[in-house]
Amino acid sequence: MSNSNFTRRGVLKTSAIAGAGLALPTYLRAASDSGFTNAPTGSTVTLGFNVPQTGPYAEEGLDELRAQELAVQHLNGEGDAGMMNTFSSKALKGNGILGKKVEFVTGDTQTKSDAARASAKSMIEKDGAVMINGGSSSGVAVAVQGLCQEAGVIFMAGLTHSNDTTGKDKKANGFRHFFNAYMSGAALAPVLKNAYGSDRRAYHLTADYTWGWTQQESMQAATEAMGWETVNNVLTPLASTDFSSYIAPVLNSGADVLVLNHYGGNMVNSLTNAVQFGLQDKMVNGKQFEIVVPLYSELMAAGAGANVRGVIGSMNWNWQLQDEGSKAFVKSFGEKYGRPPSNSAHTCYVQTMLYADAVERAGTFNPCGVAEALEGFEFDGLGNGPTLYRADDHQCFKDVLVMKGTENPTNEYDTLEIVEVTPRAQVEYAPDHPMFAGGELGKCNPGA
Amino acid sequence: MIPVSHWVGTMDAILLQVLNGLDKGSAYALIALGLTLIFGTLGVVNFAHGALFMIGAFCAVTLQRILTFSYVTLDETQKDFLGNPLKVETPYLEGWFGYDIGHAIIDWSVPLAILFSIPIMVAIGFIMERGLIKHFYNRPHADQILVTFGLAIVLQEVIKYFYGANPIPTPAPDMFRGSLDFGAMLGLEPNAVIYPYWRLVYFGFSAIIIGAVFAFLQFTTFGMVVRAGMADRETVGLLGINIDKRFTIMFGIAAAVAGLAGVMYAPINSPNYHMGMDFLVLSFVVVVVGGMGSLPGAVLAGFLLGILESFASMNEIKAILPGIDQIIIYLVAIIILLTRPRGLMGRKGVMED
Amino acid sequence: MLGLGKRDTSLVIIVTLMALLAPFILNPFPTESAMAQFNAGYPDLLQRFVIFGIFAIGFNLLFGLTGYLSFGHAAFLGIGSYAVVWMYKLLDYNIVPGLVLAIIVSGLFAVLIGYISLRRSGIYFSILTLAFAQMMFAISYSDLIGRFFDTSITNGETGLQVYTSDPQILLNDWESVPHLLGLVEMRSTYILDAGAWSFSFNAGYYFCAIIMILAFYLSVRIFRSPFGLMLRAMKSNQQRMTYTGLNTKPYALAAFVISGMYAGLAGGLLASMDPLAGAERMQWTASGEVVLMTILGGAGTLIGPVLGAGFIKYFENIFSKINDTVLHQWFSFMPDGLEDAMVFIVHPFIGKGWHLTLGILFMLVVIFLPGGLVEGGQRIARLFARRKDTAPKETQSTPAE
Repeated sequence: MSNSNFTRRGVLKTSAIAGAGLALPTYLRAASDSGFTNAPTGSTVTLGFNVPQTGPYAEEGLDELRAQELAVQHLNGEGDAGMMNTFSSKALKGNGILGKKVEFVTGDTQTKSDAARASAKSMIEKDGAVMINGGSSSGVAVAVQGLCQEAGVIFMAGLTHSNDTTGKDKKANGFRHFFNAYMSGAALAPVLKNAYGSDRRAYHLTADYTWGWTQQESMQAATEAMGWETVNNVLTPLASTDFSSYIAPVLNSGADVLVLNHYGGNMVNSLTNAVQFGLQDKMVNGKQFEIVVPLYSELMAAGAGANVRGVIGSMNWNWQLQDEGSKAFVKSFGEKYGRPPSNSAHTCYVQTMLYADAVERAGTFNPCGVAEALEGFEFDGLGNGPTLYRADDHQCFKDVLVMKGTENPTNEYDTLEIVEVTPRAQVEYAPDHPMFAGGELGKCNPGA
Repeated sequence: MIPVSHWVGTMDAILLQVLNGLDKGSAYALIALGLTLIFGTLGVVNFAHGALFMIGAFCAVTLQRILTFSYVTLDETQKDFLGNPLKVETPYLEGWFGYDIGHAIIDWSVPLAILFSIPIMVAIGFIMERGLIKHFYNRPHADQILVTFGLAIVLQEVIKYFYGANPIPTPAPDMFRGSLDFGAMLGLEPNAVIYPYWRLVYFGFSAIIIGAVFAFLQFTTFGMVVRAGMADRETVGLLGINIDKRFTIMFGIAAAVAGLAGVMYAPINSPNYHMGMDFLVLSFVVVVVGGMGSLPGAVLAGFLLGILESFASMNEIKAILPGIDQIIIYLVAIIILLTRPRGLMGRKGVMED
Repeated sequence: MLGLGKRDTSLVIIVTLMALLAPFILNPFPTESAMAQFNAGYPDLLQRFVIFGIFAIGFNLLFGLTGYLSFGHAAFLGIGSYAVVWMYKLLDYNIVPGLVLAIIVSGLFAVLIGYISLRRSGIYFSILTLAFAQMMFAISYSDLIGRFFDTSITNGETGLQVYTSDPQILLNDWESVPHLLGLVEMRSTYILDAGAWSFSFNAGYYFCAIIMILAFYLSVRIFRSPFGLMLRAMKSNQQRMTYTGLNTKPYALAAFVISGMYAGLAGGLLASMDPLAGAERMQWTASGEVVLMTILGGAGTLIGPVLGAGFIKYFENIFSKINDTVLHQWFSFMPDGLEDAMVFIVHPFIGKGWHLTLGILFMLVVIFLPGGLVEGGQRIARLFARRKDTAPKETQSTPAE
């Protein structure tokens, strides 16, 4: 198993002894004395890591879990402290959070709203978690965010890319570090213009659910703004495994770019199918036919194999970034697990760090105090350059990466290469932007 | 929504979707055929059939892994992501046969996996039948469903344990990359009707398998006995024929058919551990629409539903009825089952109580 | 008592006691101990136990009595949830109107789907119900009806939830979570600390538990009624029933509708405990789950479905949360090498491997206990009763296909 058993076990043993006489945090009990859900009373604090462990995103969930475990180690002063050395805020000291040793519980979201909420509830009700982190889809993120709002704990979203998470469905107790569909569009458009010109006709295939819709809307708006024409937008059922019948008419439609607003298994299959059709070998309107995948992830790229070559897309973060924070994180993750972290792992790690740091700065675990510390927080050193946690919608603003499938990969992790780091200013938008309109942040809920 | 120019190309579009439908249909038909073989001969509802399809696809993955089994050399000139010397993996095949032949063999790993998978699938079929299914012949269908469903979960979790949850790219040989320009062959505009080579191969392959299974049942003595057993098991048993042994063999054949369908499907979509479950419900709908216990029914329903599904995903249809492609199969199933009580070609009294 | 035979009365009493004392029974381990991982006595899971218990009891009324295997019962579960959340959105957070609506709407859908599907029997019936449920799932998941009217009916994959912009015409200032007639909030919980133990008593759980007891009582009455007898007669030989000049279809339809209403009630309760209705509740996997619960517990028995529901939900929620850190904690008393070996052996079966454990247990139960968990219980009971040398009493009706 992992090679850090020795230290972990040592710690566990001591903590078991130390914790013997003390009450573990039990949910709601502390509410009356400290005014918020699951106030930690003993020498430990429990975080809940809720990730998909079964179903199509299981691999991504596993990587998130690795990063979260690493973050807990670093917070507790084990290992090489990773990004704590490069983080601009120096509140964290490696002695847990507010002097309390960090423990964690894990759960399986199954990438289903119901199961994710059940799992998060058990963490809150049974294990006394003060914060829930993780997840790999927007539907789940929105569902769990709503739950955390009601229960009075902080939700640090994992991978969720739909505009709605910090738009229509934003909540005062929920925070998103990951970028969103709008940012993908804004970052991709200029690169696409450079690469393929401003006179292009795009054909969209879109996964028929909330994330797909917002992704498509964002891409269409961004590409049309630079002169592209949208030929068609076809919604594909989420349960599709074979996209041939949606791809077959593309070439005949007069389009010369195919935009695949798909994620996960959908994206792997639709891209594979599109490449099978030999679309990229064709010339349409006198131009080379191109495929665009707005949202990439390392695991999807690995699943699609050689089919990603030359295909442009966007990402929140990538292990090839050369800033000090990213390098430190890749080093400690790589040394522990023998592989570079994925961008969802990065987000979960950073979210855990940001939460811990906010608690330290606020001096309390009270969600309202933590939320206040996170709102409008400017930081650097966690990858992606200087970053702002905007108070209006709890969305992080930072640089966005435009990626391209590597043409000649040298090893199994070398699937994508960074084409451009789009500066933060270019992907910013007003809090009342129409794509994000409709929701209300509400007031923070401490749960008691 | 849809520009006028779209309607002009409708004929091309229909032709395209017929091709698509035949291709989708051949996957449905192959799975449904295996399911009906087991069901018709043994009377067992096998919820693990999707898992057999998935294992077939993983036979292709496994063979690819075996062929690319590599030795590691450290290359000091290149660095890996941690800054250590890069470990360069060279397949043994490349070392033994030289670069060209070695890579040609690896390139052809999916077709080679057809040979590789047959003994494996037949063995899995035998073990399943002898070890588990035979104890359930006289149990209620509900118990059969539960135990085979449990088995399906176990099989897919075992695959997940060894191969992970991520899809694994398993490309077809380079020769089959790209598409055949059907339209140009028929005198239409170039690129109007194109279809990927590998999908055409898949269609031809399944036609051969389906034909072989029918021929086997129709023209061999073995097949005759099995057909007799399907019609009236007791009487055949009374005639002193060891029908059980033949049924075990049929189970092996059914498993092999599902496995081959999976092997050839691997390049179309990267295999993952739950691809069997994705097909399971659909293949049951196909079998039932075709009519319980009818092999031609299963094949017919497979192609019919495949083609209808492809038509429903045409933009021209979706413009009128948005979302129809999501429900078409179930809608058609309901209509067929209400107009034809036993599906297309079902036999009376099979699974009706 | 209450129109029940002696044996049934004691069964109902046992179920009542178990439901009321569940917060104690399911929390047998001290909060501190390593075994606390196996405690299931927290509100959310307790609620799920009884709600899925209701779902399975209802399913069993159809499948256990008539033998009609519906593979689309989750559709009614979803409808019930949507009904309750829509009542939150339109009226206020009082759960009563929603629950009433949930039962009515799911009943209406059951009449429609049942009327059509019951024209066929056997697997053809199963596939018809599956097809209806899958269509409803697809429609809710992509909000196809909503899209048609350019509004949102199911809110797609995110799930239907309450927004502050919703009408909520009856909303009072103090309302922010589901409650029962303004008397008690569903989430309010009283925690009792007793030494090292800690027990939570949740209002929502007790509300569901009382409904489940009533639902269970009603199902016993139906099992023992002439109507129940008629259904069972249909199951054993429908043809003979038809030959006697009896039209069995109305009886089957009645059973289907009652069972659909149970499912709608269960779905409504899910949304009453947690104000969100997701489309996944309608998916075939959810329909399959209730089939598994019923068969696993013992189809056709009274208590079996409840046991089956508890069994599956327990594994889903408890086993999926065990991770390697927890394993190391359990085995920390062992020498290092042995500890790692133990963790290595157990590792595939917990956390992300909880499906594997469940699959293996399905197989074991079906192979060795053809009558489901109830048969296991009976065998144990017989083992103890052997000395009395009484013939094995059929506490429940015979396990049936």
